Amino acid sequence: MLRRLRQRLEITDVFMWLFGAVLVISIIYGSFVTISSGRFTTRQWFDVIISGLTQGSVYALIALGYTLVYGILRMINFAHSEVFMGGAFTGYFVADALNRSGFLQSNPVLGLGAVFLVAILTSILVAVLLERIAYRPLRRAPRLVPLITAIGASFFLQYVFRGLYGSQFKSYPEVNALSGTIILGTNIVIQKTQLLVIVAASLLMLVLYLFVQNTKTGKAMRAVSEDKDVAALMGIDVDAIIVRTFMLGAALAGAAGVLYALLFRNVQFFMGFIPGIKAFTAAVLGGIGNIPGAMLGGIFLGLFESVGPGLFLSGLGIPSPNQLKDVIAFTMLVMVLIFRPTGILGERLASKKA
Amino acid sequence: MNKRLFSLLALLTVSSLLAACGGAGTGDGGGELGEVVIAPGDPIHIAWIQTVTGATGPLGLTNVRGAEVALNEIGFTLLGHDIQWDGEDSLCSAEGGQAAGTRVASDPTVVAVMGTTCSSEARTASPLIAEAGMAMISPSNTNPDLTNPEHPDAHPGYFRTAHNDLFQGRVAAEFAYNELGATTAATIHDGSPYAESLQAVFAEVFAELGGTITAQAAVNVGDTDMGGVLTDLATGSPELIYFPIFEPEGNFIADQACDTSGLEDTILMGADGLLTSTFPAAAGECSVGMFLSGPYVDQALQQGFLDAYNDLFGEGPAAGFGPHSYDAMKIILAAIEAVAVVDDDGTVHIDRQALRDAMYATSGFAGLTGTLTCDANGDCATGEALAIFQVSAENVAGTVDLLTNAAYWTP
Repeated sequence: MLRRLRQRLEITDVFMWLFGAVLVISIIYGSFVTISSGRFTTRQWFDVIISGLTQGSVYALIALGYTLVYGILRMINFAHSEVFMGGAFTGYFVADALNRSGFLQSNPVLGLGAVFLVAILTSILVAVLLERIAYRPLRRAPRLVPLITAIGASFFLQYVFRGLYGSQFKSYPEVNALSGTIILGTNIVIQKTQLLVIVAASLLMLVLYLFVQNTKTGKAMRAVSEDKDVAALMGIDVDAIIVRTFMLGAALAGAAGVLYALLFRNVQFFMGFIPGIKAFTAAVLGGIGNIPGAMLGGIFLGLFESVGPGLFLSGLGIPSPNQLKDVIAFTMLVMVLIFRPTGILGERLASKKA
Repeated sequence: MNKRLFSLLALLTVSSLLAACGGAGTGDGGGELGEVVIAPGDPIHIAWIQTVTGATGPLGLTNVRGAEVALNEIGFTLLGHDIQWDGEDSLCSAEGGQAAGTRVASDPTVVAVMGTTCSSEARTASPLIAEAGMAMISPSNTNPDLTNPEHPDAHPGYFRTAHNDLFQGRVAAEFAYNELGATTAATIHDGSPYAESLQAVFAEVFAELGGTITAQAAVNVGDTDMGGVLTDLATGSPELIYFPIFEPEGNFIADQACDTSGLEDTILMGADGLLTSTFPAAAGECSVGMFLSGPYVDQALQQGFLDAYNDLFGEGPAAGFGPHSYDAMKIILAAIEAVAVVDDDGTVHIDRQALRDAMYATSGFAGLTGTLTCDANGDCATGEALAIFQVSAENVAGTVDLLTNAAYWTP
């Protein structure tokens, strides 16, 4: 054991461990300083935790789309952020129309249901077209080719939506039934919208998990992700399963789009870019290809981004810590990739799959 | 050398020679910067350098379209020539400004340039355009360095109708301290040169007047969840938060501020980056009563501009500098008309130095964004043309356009 350890130990490893240790110590020190200074009240701590969880749930839903497609095709679908945008942006027109007619305020459940439905269907349509037109012809091409195509498709979709709906910010109506807060304890106050986002996202993730584990399609998806060729030999229609995977990811992205829009209320053709990058980060963080990993990664990332700057950066005396939110997110990614290259829940991939 | 390569090279040489001879060219006559000669039937070429794609795309697109409203009024013709209106995307970065500036500057038919969108682009594009002898006017660069004669980023032939941050930051601070009586304030910027220098000027003047700045925070472009930064600011309990940033980050801050414990009654204040038709609805109920600084505009003129814009493009301006762009184009057109020499056969001569001089001499120009007088440094908008506006419940409901609100306070 010891001999093996000595053989494997290299100077870069030592450096990396030192780097990690310094980072962990400064995080602990910073958090200690902030907490002991009493700068934030308990109520404020819960506020940032809840807003982090909310943002994280949206990341997680989008991240699932990246992870599902990666699991099956070993490609990163960079146009997924545009699938998310397409759903949210189209949903706006339904929400706006229903709001003008008064239906959304008088029947919020049915009204929001319609918005979700349209957004999800739009996202699915975009994803299916994307798969059919941009990715399927490249199924046997080298892996770099579909990756570059995905980036091109992403730009194409952005400017198609700009052409369709214009470049102005559109704002979702405020649903009266969702305004206001729910008091869960003396220090825990949650906005109704945030509660909706967290609950809806959790439900969707649960449904997805059960779907993949228990249904025939889910089983076929897992088989295709293990080995496409053998799956085809077992009588699985690989192309059909791939399309269904895209549809599944798109449905989650469409739902995430509406949840995002209810939360932040601004939609525009460029809105998918940053959430897309963050969700991709979350998927890698959790272990790309791994479904629970994407969920965990998303929530982890949202929480870290929200709590991190106040907790340990301000304790270290760094000015305007919230600007460094992305630094926290990506440092976390780098650290996970150094010490656990497959991600938090990622399994060791066989060389054929990786 | 093989035969095919040789013939290709020969072809290239001949065609480049032909290109150099043909077309409207720059003669050597006239002033030291040369002159543009436009033969009968050739167009007068005005180019733009704007960010029309990416996250800042809507801002540059609105600039291009604002200028098009002005061009459309004259049917894209001037002095009997068509106006050629095209340009380069500059991507809101120094590299993009350099690339776009190089391309535009290398085209001798360009008479004047409408650019840039971002101050960072102007830093690299402006010296190239100045070198080529062209005049460039920006509707949305606000960084003070660009027209500070002491600073290396200031170049001859550079103008702007956007407000220099020095004016706007000062007006905002004076309003907050003297008029609203706020004694503590916090600022938020987004790391852009625009917001960073605006909030710095605000903080400096506010402290000079006797106020206290509790925190100067920052967010990233692309952030959506502002809970962290707002909670952080709440610990200093400022009476006012000044966030001179753009959509959508500004929308998120305004929307989330009144839900943050400790900031329920804090006064919100922004700048002209948020003075758009879409902001109040996007920020929601929280933005009612919020203050915004921006150009003092004649309401009837503004309405006319908005109607024309809507007719042409099927949507309202996506960002706040459309009127500035309209005015900038008007200044270019007026200057060309003033200095152009038209021959009997319709050939137009435009002396580059004279064009610049005519633009520097712009004085008392009644524009959409107030009365414009260009100074020797190229600043055409002055502090007197600024006003403070307040967001009303009607703006949020969408029944009244924020851009047509009457000024709440003028300095």
